[in-house]
Amino acid sequence: MAEPQDLGGLPATREPHDLVVVGAGPAGMAAAATALDGGLRVALVDAGSALGGQFWRHPPDDVRDAVPTEDLHHDLRTYRTLRATLAAHERTGRLTLLLDHHVWTTARAADGFTVHAVDRGRPPAERALVLRAPAVLVATGAYDRQLPFPGWDLPGVLTAGGLQSLLKGGGVVAGRRVVLGGTGPFLLPVAAALAARGAEVVAVCEAAAPSAWLRHPAPLLRNPAKWAEAAGYAGTLARYRIPVRTRTGIVGAEGEGRVAVVRTASLGADGAPLPGTERRIEADTVGVGWGFVPQLDLLLPLGCDLADAGDGTTAAAVDAGQRTSVPGLYAAGETCGVGGAALALSEGRVAAVSVLTDLAAPGRPGVRPLAAERRSVARHRAFARAMAQAHPVPGNWSAWLTDDTTVCRCEEVTAGAVRAAGVDGPATGHRQVKQLTRAGMGWCQGRMCGPAVHCLVADRAEPYTSAERLIATPVTLGALADSSALPAGDTPTEPT
Amino acid sequence: MTGAVAETDVPTAPAFTVDGEPLTFVPGQTLAAALVASGRVAWRTTRGGQRPRGIFCGIGVCYDCLVTVDGRRGQRACLVRARAGMAVTTGEGDDG
Ligand SMILES: Cc1cc2nc3c(=O)[nH]c(=O)nc-3n(C[C@H](O)[C@H](O)[C@H](O)COP(=O)(O)OP(=O)(O)OC[C@H]3O[C@@H](n4cnc5c(N)ncnc54)[C@H](O)[C@@H]3O)c2cc1C
Ligand code: FES
Repeated sequence: MAEPQDLGGLPATREPHDLVVVGAGPAGMAAAATALDGGLRVALVDAGSALGGQFWRHPPDDVRDAVPTEDLHHDLRTYRTLRATLAAHERTGRLTLLLDHHVWTTARAADGFTVHAVDRGRPPAERALVLRAPAVLVATGAYDRQLPFPGWDLPGVLTAGGLQSLLKGGGVVAGRRVVLGGTGPFLLPVAAALAARGAEVVAVCEAAAPSAWLRHPAPLLRNPAKWAEAAGYAGTLARYRIPVRTRTGIVGAEGEGRVAVVRTASLGADGAPLPGTERRIEADTVGVGWGFVPQLDLLLPLGCDLADAGDGTTAAAVDAGQRTSVPGLYAAGETCGVGGAALALSEGRVAAVSVLTDLAAPGRPGVRPLAAERRSVARHRAFARAMAQAHPVPGNWSAWLTDDTTVCRCEEVTAGAVRAAGVDGPATGHRQVKQLTRAGMGWCQGRMCGPAVHCLVADRAEPYTSAERLIATPVTLGALADSSALPAGDTPTEPT
Repeated sequence: MTGAVAETDVPTAPAFTVDGEPLTFVPGQTLAAALVASGRVAWRTTRGGQRPRGIFCGIGVCYDCLVTVDGRRGQRACLVRARAGMAVTTGEGDDG
């Protein structure tokens, strides 16, 4: 989309960088540390106020003591080591760490890339910043996949990740009595963290069958650390007496102004609720997650190839060195497919070694450590694939929708309207349904309803690809007033 | 919440205002975290159905949590770090 351009008039490109890393989660932190150790000058940019991403989300450094969250974390040793490495490079001036900076687009330039960010460190003021480098690594992670159900737009219903981010980032427990639902191993750490902070987790409703993991035992057996982690959560859940109900789904939430009752049901083999199995559970909070969707906002406009991630989503296609199809553009972590923090760390390191190699940097690590990281990537990928197969989106989940269930939260488009346009109506495919109904055309640009609308109207065999969004975050025109040259075709205004 | 959090919750705790009413927060919290800590999970109504909305994704992707901060509309409460003296207004036409 964006053409090479003259950036002479643009503000604020700081000292030259060899590599810009977007996203300071496990993947971005590991990549930046490896690249810096290898001698590169790196800019590490993250929208959040602290290093760590979703997995190691922390309150900002200057106030960390006010909100103790240490006990909610795993593998903090690695986190601290990476932080110390990054801090040391920041002192020498080779690392530019830009927290509170949202990257709203990246563009190709004659000599590499431009990365366009807004500094939101002093809200509500915004300041535009452009970085340029021959290499860019996108490590922007993922967000919770959602499937609508009647009442999912009631206050008190959150994404499972949202509950976790409140706990880890602000020390806040969103409610007293919580029901968790969806599928996947991520529901367990959320349950454990909520319980550790005093919430009563009434039930964890896991849509998959309990035996699902046994169908693909090999990758599990090769990842003993995952067993230990799972056993740890199982222990916590047992200690707090949190029941995990398998083959069970949340099929409704009811309440006036806030959820008060959650309806759950046993799910048949196709995922449809079984008649006569419905239960009503009193709860003030619900957390839902159906796995995650890779965050491709910055990669799609650059035109890099995508790959079927095997879990119903698409991810950045990368080679064994984490190179995308666009020369100079690398991806690591959950942008390449969801697989957890350990995989993200290894991918980040492998990506950085590729950057070092491609830029002919002197400090490339030896062949052996690289081979070990690549083996680690392969092992964790296999594990992620087994997990995805064990925790699929149920084939017939839409059986729990009613015609008046809101599907698109922003534009308030109902399941009935989507079906009328797509299945029974004139539209063929997601894009046309979107245009006819406005589902996916609001503020979130389809991030929340996209996977669901895809299931409702498109060929299920095709994985969901998020719509190409021109900008990753709305930017005010004021922040860009001094940026005379914008990448061609971009409209840095808020969606309407 | 834990004891350490409560200790900072003494009268000197910093505060911002929500529609004119002061709301104290723990330094480092986002506006959404402070609102949720005070028991509020909704602070906006939708344009079409006048439905209540507040925190949903917690990480800046759903845009349910929009507020006006010091006169600037369309800010995501889950991303904006609370600062003493901020004036937050909710509810009115923030959904675009
Ligand atoms: C809300 C949420 C909570 C989670 N909690 C856990 C958990 O507790 N335990 C667990 O095992 N797994 C958790 N996960 C799964 C998690 O995605 C992985 O475990 C791991 O964090 C992936 O690492 P990553 O480096 O690929 O991405 P992330 O850790 O997601 O890091 C990506 C980073 O990129 C930044 N970013 C994204 N877009 C931009 C942009 N345009 N401009 C600037 N910065 C940007 C984000 O702020 C983020 O810090 C969570 C996922 C989500 C969505
Ligand atoms: S809660 Fe989703 S954007 Fe703030």
